[in-house]
Amino acid sequence: MKHTSHSTGATTGSLKSYITGFILSVVLTAMAFGAVMSEALAPRVTIITIFTAAVLQILVHLYYFLHLNSSSEARWNILAMIFTVLIMALFVGGSIWIMHNLNIRMM
Amino acid sequence: MSTHSDTAEVFEEHGTAGHQEFGFWLYLMSDLVLFSAIFATFAVLSESYAGGPTGAELFDLSFVFIETMLLLLSSAACGMAILAMHAGKDSRVLQWLALTFLLGLGFIAMELHEFQLLIAEGHGPGRSAYLSAFFTLVGTHGLHVASGLVWMAVMMYQVKTKGLSVMVQARMMRLSMFWHFLDIVWVAVFTVVYLMGAL
Repeated sequence: MKHTSHSTGATTGSLKSYITGFILSVVLTAMAFGAVMSEALAPRVTIITIFTAAVLQILVHLYYFLHLNSSSEARWNILAMIFTVLIMALFVGGSIWIMHNLNIRMM
Repeated sequence: MSTHSDTAEVFEEHGTAGHQEFGFWLYLMSDLVLFSAIFATFAVLSESYAGGPTGAELFDLSFVFIETMLLLLSSAACGMAILAMHAGKDSRVLQWLALTFLLGLGFIAMELHEFQLLIAEGHGPGRSAYLSAFFTLVGTHGLHVASGLVWMAVMMYQVKTKGLSVMVQARMMRLSMFWHFLDIVWVAVFTVVYLMGAL
C-alpha cells in the first residue's frame, strides 16, 4: 500500500538537497571553529566570521533540511518565523542593552 | 467507506497533514522563544564568573567540534530516513532511524561526559552565575535532544509494528522537523557559548 498523499512541501526534500545542506553545514562549522582555534585573525574579525558563519548555517538548515522556501505552502511558516525572530531580537537584544546599561551605572 | 477507519479518513482529507505540520511548526517557534529567554540570560551573565573559571579555561573546542559533527550527521541520517519513508521502504527507514538514534545518543553521551568532568572539577552550576547559565542553556538543549531520542525510539517501534501508515508518516515528518530544529538551536549554542567563550 502506497502513501504518497503528502501535499505539503514544508518538510520533503531530495537526496541532493540533504547532501548539499550537509556539506555546506560541515564547511561552515569548520570555518567557524577554524577561525577561533587557529587564532589567525584579529578578535573583532573572528567574532564577525563566526556570527556570519552561524547565520549562514542556520539559513542552510532552514532551506535544505526544513525546506523553507518561497513556495506558497511555506509562506505561513515563514511569517510565523519572522514574528518569532522579532520577539527573539527584542528579548535578547533588550536584555543585553538594559543589563549592560545597568552595569555601567552601578560601577 | 466503512472499511476505512475514522482517523485514516481525517488524515486523507486534503491539507490536514499540512495543518498538523504547521501546528507543530508553531510549537517549534514557541520553543525558540523559550530558548531566547535562556540565551538572553546567558548573554547577560556571560562575564559573571564570581572569581571562577572562564569559558576559555573550561572548554575543549575539538571536543565540541566532534559533538557538532555527530549532530550534523544525525540530522542528515534523519533526512535519509524521510526519503526512505517516501519511497515506502520500511526496513530502510528503520536502518536510517537507528543510525540517527545512535548519533544522537553519542552526542548526549559526550555532553553528559563534559558535564560530569566539569562538576567533578568543582565547576558545577553552583560555582558562578556564568556556570549556572551555561548548564541551563546547554542542559535545556540536551534535554530536548534526549526527548527527541525517546520519540525516535517510539517511532521505530511504530514503523516496525504498524508499518508506514498515514499516521506514522505524519508523526515521522514532525519528528524530523523537531530533529532539524534542534540542530539549528545547537548552531546558536556552539557559536554563542563555546566559540565566543573561547575568545
